[in-house]
Amino acid sequence: MQEQSQSQSQSVRLRAKTPLPSLPNYQTDGFYDELVDENNIARPDAESLISLFNNLPPGELSRRQHAIERALYRMGITFTVYSDQAGTEKIMPFDVVPRIVSAMLWKHIDAGLKQRIRALNRFLCDIYNERQIVHDGIIPAELIDTAPSYLKQCKGLKPFNDVWCHITGTDLVRDNSGTVYVLEDNLRCPSGVSYVLQNRHVMKRNFPQAFSASRVRPVSNYSSQLFQLLCDVAPPHVANPTVVVLTPGVYNSAYYEHSYLAQRMGAVLVEGRDLVVEGDLVYMRTTSGLQRVDVIYRRVDDTFLDPKTFRKDSCLGVEGLMDVYRAGNITLANAPGTGIADDKVIYAFVPDMIHYYLDEEPILPNVPTYVCQKEDDRKYVLEHLDELVVKAAGESGGYGILIGPHATLEERAEFAEKIRKDPRNWIAQPTLELSRAPTVVGDHLEGRHVDLRPYILCSRPDDVWVLPGGLTRVALRKGSLVVNSSQGGGSKDTWVAAEAGQAVASLHNNSPE
Amino acid sequence: MREPRFGPTSIMSRIMLSRVAESIYWMSRQAERAENLARFIEVTLHMSLDPTESSVNPWEPLVQVTGDNEWFEAKYGQATCQNVVQFLAFDEEYHSSMLTCLRSSRQNAKSVREAMPTESFEKLNEFYHFVLDSRAPQLTDPTADFFEQIRYHALMWTGVLDSTMSHDIAWHFVNVGRLLERADKTSRILDVKYFNLLPRVEDVGTAIDDLQWSTLLLAISGFEAYRREHHLMDIEKIVAFFLFHRSFPRSIYSCIAGAEWSLRQIEKESGSDYTGHAQRSTNALRHRLKNTNVKEVIAGGMHQFIDRLQVELNEIGDALGQDYFYANQPA
Repeated sequence: MQEQSQSQSQSVRLRAKTPLPSLPNYQTDGFYDELVDENNIARPDAESLISLFNNLPPGELSRRQHAIERALYRMGITFTVYSDQAGTEKIMPFDVVPRIVSAMLWKHIDAGLKQRIRALNRFLCDIYNERQIVHDGIIPAELIDTAPSYLKQCKGLKPFNDVWCHITGTDLVRDNSGTVYVLEDNLRCPSGVSYVLQNRHVMKRNFPQAFSASRVRPVSNYSSQLFQLLCDVAPPHVANPTVVVLTPGVYNSAYYEHSYLAQRMGAVLVEGRDLVVEGDLVYMRTTSGLQRVDVIYRRVDDTFLDPKTFRKDSCLGVEGLMDVYRAGNITLANAPGTGIADDKVIYAFVPDMIHYYLDEEPILPNVPTYVCQKEDDRKYVLEHLDELVVKAAGESGGYGILIGPHATLEERAEFAEKIRKDPRNWIAQPTLELSRAPTVVGDHLEGRHVDLRPYILCSRPDDVWVLPGGLTRVALRKGSLVVNSSQGGGSKDTWVAAEAGQAVASLHNNSPE
Repeated sequence: MREPRFGPTSIMSRIMLSRVAESIYWMSRQAERAENLARFIEVTLHMSLDPTESSVNPWEPLVQVTGDNEWFEAKYGQATCQNVVQFLAFDEEYHSSMLTCLRSSRQNAKSVREAMPTESFEKLNEFYHFVLDSRAPQLTDPTADFFEQIRYHALMWTGVLDSTMSHDIAWHFVNVGRLLERADKTSRILDVKYFNLLPRVEDVGTAIDDLQWSTLLLAISGFEAYRREHHLMDIEKIVAFFLFHRSFPRSIYSCIAGAEWSLRQIEKESGSDYTGHAQRSTNALRHRLKNTNVKEVIAGGMHQFIDRLQVELNEIGDALGQDYFYANQPA
């Protein structure tokens, strides 16, 4: 790994003469650390950043941490703590120490994600039409048909370009050996990409030298890529498609992101009440009357999209939208129904899908998963609850989860009962020793556990693009493994180092990243 | 990747969502309202530092301006510097305090953030936080300096909007909201101050209190503009300045003319050949202002004149809803 990066740039070649920088007073505590090795010496592509930390005057790190927090506050990237009436607002916690992904590691992740998305998209096409993978005995039919996320209303649908999962945010974790695992595939409405772009924007302003020296790949073109994707998958008969972003509204926790992406793309941000279906077409209500809409990047969950087809009580959707979709007059991204592919039970079969559809070996492994529906697995899980992480199949966001080693006897008994009652709804995985990254705590650095969510765009079954970067989520509480922002997690900027010949993000780019 | 399918232009420079138009309009109105409240308080604070022979309580008229005197009296009783500042600037129970207005304005801005320049949202956000963070010290010891700073925040907010936003349909809705609100507030300050300073028609022509009338002009940033044209304080000239001045940006005539222009642009941009109700009413009001002279206003009763004006302003606001905010027909 070192040899490869040494050939990349002059700054790295100088390393032969000067010793590699290290973090003298930092403790890795036996965990895999993203920035330094077990001797606290900088990992490849992290040298400039570690040198910078060593040269900063005392107190400077926490000063920059505060400067960035103020900037985020000023930009209004906040969520309300009680209610807006109380006026108490907080920013999403942010840590100024970036996570660095070496060029070589990224190459591996990039290839693995592309492979995985190609397989998952093939699975979605198949499972709502021929169901070959069921007929061939790879996935039991009952697992599909009992999944609440398998939408019967979507059977027989064929989205344009055969793309179902246009936008994905896959959660990756690393264990003690540094191996990268896929923890979850988020194929519904993954959020967080706006934080990737905003984190980069503030980091460039606060760490310009380390940023330039680290040869970081740019993320600023995400919104153009997204817009182009949405135009590419528009109904084929539309020459100049009108693209909108559909949000549940200003009180949704991800509203800032919906608004930000619409603004960056120059698309219209609509709510369900702005849209209306008339005669097999979707229109939006404008100051000049009704205007036709061709592509909806929807950030409203499947079952809220159309009260006529799905939940009758939804007021976030558009009455009749699915009729227009079936008639082929509107593109929905992601396609309704993709939730079946990130059901936590179906997740266990993704390596099989890769073999089945692509005839390839999975590049990124799954975390070993016990499917409680299988008798042997269930038995093992019930006997080892104190070692395992148990998850509800249909939940996300860190809800419905038991972390065995940290749980009480009562909690474990409660989960055992739930598993026996409804085995289909539960899976279990070994508790991974998640990798850590240096994080500002007071005036010094301490290791905190992290994960990584890269964002993947798919415009055709074989045209998959991975944003070189992603959201590094960090569990800010000491020892905690839960990185979800709803549960005390924060985020970091993710610096993917460029290989020779790859574009490097410019510091003097006026458009905010 | 294949050739991108999108062309160079988007229809969104020509049309906008009805909901967005309405939110932008209110965002602009509410921020303008907050600014005007700060202006009222600032001049009154200044004035109360210069003792006059007049026995009028300078804080009383500020409550009357709102038209919500009963609500005020029930909650606060007699108007004093402290309680009027609390009421107009920071009262979260009052629907039109500076803080409530800025909060609603910012909430509206949040809901249309994608349609506005980033700098403008950030400016409004900063403005709101400035007021929120100043609440505690200002409630104990209100300072004219604070309200002056509000005025500068507001001026910067309008300046940022005007110089970063394309002057397309969205901007014209900003402008209509701003100018209708401003016309309303200019008329209210004239109404109440006039009543207090000059209760009877017969008093016209008697010696007047230069300082009090200067204050009136200061409240609309018009003192210097007036002085350049007239030098001496004269009631008829001051009233005419407020109502009919052709180019001073806070006079009622110029607010209405500006709003009419923006409404015309909105219809032109959206390619409509139909003249909306709002535009027709605005046009009629402008003609009426143009053909009225100050002597008639004073003779007929200033209060009656302003009452009618405010009814007409409200009608224009309602007509905007019918014309633009509740679309139902395919274009």
